[in-house]
Amino acid sequence: MNKAYFEILRAGVNTTIQDKGRNHLYHVGIAVSGAIDQRNYTLSNRLVDNQLNEPVVEFAYQGPLLKLKNGKINFAISGDIFFKIIRKNLEIEDCECYKSYFLDEEDQIDIISTKNSTYGYLAVNGGFDLEKTWGSYSINTKANIGPNNGKKYSINDKIFIKKINIKSQINKKINYNYSTDNIIRIIKGTNFDYFSKVAIEKFFNEGFLITNLVDRMGIRLKGSKLENIKNTNIKSEGLVRGVIQVPADGNPIIMLSDHGTVGGYPKIGVVIAADLDLIGQLTPGTKINFKEVSLEEAQNIFKAYTEDTNRYLNECN
Amino acid sequence: MVKNISNLGDAAVYCDFGSEVNEVINASVIEYFHHISKLIKDKKIEGITNLTPSYNKLIISFDLTITNYKKIKNFTEGLTINRDIKNNNQKIKIPVCCDDEYGLDFLRLIEKLNIDKDKILELYFGKEYFCYMTGFIAGMPFLGDLNENIRCDRLETPRLKMPKGSVGITEQFANIYTFESPGGWNIIGNTPKKIFDDKNLDQPALVNPGDKVSFYQITKEEYLNWNE
Repeated sequence: MNKAYFEILRAGVNTTIQDKGRNHLYHVGIAVSGAIDQRNYTLSNRLVDNQLNEPVVEFAYQGPLLKLKNGKINFAISGDIFFKIIRKNLEIEDCECYKSYFLDEEDQIDIISTKNSTYGYLAVNGGFDLEKTWGSYSINTKANIGPNNGKKYSINDKIFIKKINIKSQINKKINYNYSTDNIIRIIKGTNFDYFSKVAIEKFFNEGFLITNLVDRMGIRLKGSKLENIKNTNIKSEGLVRGVIQVPADGNPIIMLSDHGTVGGYPKIGVVIAADLDLIGQLTPGTKINFKEVSLEEAQNIFKAYTEDTNRYLNECN
Repeated sequence: MVKNISNLGDAAVYCDFGSEVNEVINASVIEYFHHISKLIKDKKIEGITNLTPSYNKLIISFDLTITNYKKIKNFTEGLTINRDIKNNNQKIKIPVCCDDEYGLDFLRLIEKLNIDKDKILELYFGKEYFCYMTGFIAGMPFLGDLNENIRCDRLETPRLKMPKGSVGITEQFANIYTFESPGGWNIIGNTPKKIFDDKNLDQPALVNPGDKVSFYQITKEEYLNWNE
């Protein structure tokens, strides 16, 4: 029997496969990649009874239109997403996130758009039939690594699904209220003292606008120019997710999952790990404010974040 | 030796080996990198997700669900680096075609440096370089040090797309664009050689920190007929 797969009838803006990410390659210049919103990625797998590290489809803004061929599946979508099922008899079902659905052969999932967010996740029960590269299924479009030759999906591409025997429909749900916040918590960066007193005051008090220059590599912000009193360059050194670099033009850039692995601009701060999902989901035009926390506070916030995620995972039934 | 250890956010340790860029400091960074890599492989330390060596810094990223800053900092401070670890540093030769269609920035360089193209090529090809680090994009080597007479700042406006294989110089460094990418280095030629190979899972980058690299000039015909 032929394998089940999604036929892509509309690719969407940036549709890729993502998982937890790819480690131990920063030193050759390969970013971690992985789902931008790790909590929603994890929840999508839970909703279809998968191992929590299965690869899923990540989409941004307008998602894909997918037709299921050669099989039946259960699937779920997490995020803040407007989507429908188009049954093969052309009946249309409005759907909700954080809930599993049954999909029959020739049915379609139409992921129309994200709402007040950027990314969403589609998981199928049993997972996708893909190969790992360097320990991860994530597509890294900058280095062309991962499934689909490391490229985002296009129309007519196929995404194969692992063969499983669907005995019954999965009926799972999580009561998750997708919420967002525009206060981003940071820890002082290693070049914090490169900036004038006025710049630091502006950095914490004036807020920044998320520009249109946003992708999986990073987010460019715009606000009052941050005056550098030491040097607008440093010797290139490693970057990690969440680092906020400030180039000579004074407008900060936040590093996301596909960031360049080294950079030569001063680091004014680093977004705490617990706020990375949030910052990655914010859309262009959003005004954000930075708030400083200590390392100890950040660790406690991360603990609470992990406990929250686990609570949602446990509540899923 | 590590001069100072601090935190880079809540999920990375920032090891500072000094403010200068030289081969001695960089060799120490690379020793730490190899040493810790081996301990990770031998499962002597858990939770480390990435190591990023650069000219004079080493960043150790970790998984906050497994470990924390204090543990990794203590681990790093407690290391005794075994200087006898055999290094596998290689000598690599890389062909470059410097015809004007590949050497995109000769006009700028001639004007800024006030020397002619032949002299630039002579100084560039007449030296063996040291690989300080790889990164930014997959497999891009950062090599040094250029002859003082061919040191030039980055382009005022970076190119949105540097052609794959572009060989660039800026300040005291040379590099190779392993993928088409945005970039601001002065381009003097292009190499047909594969510098990053994602099919080679053990060692995808041709050039690795500590390696010695020399370049040699090839004609356009050799470039076009290059076969690996």
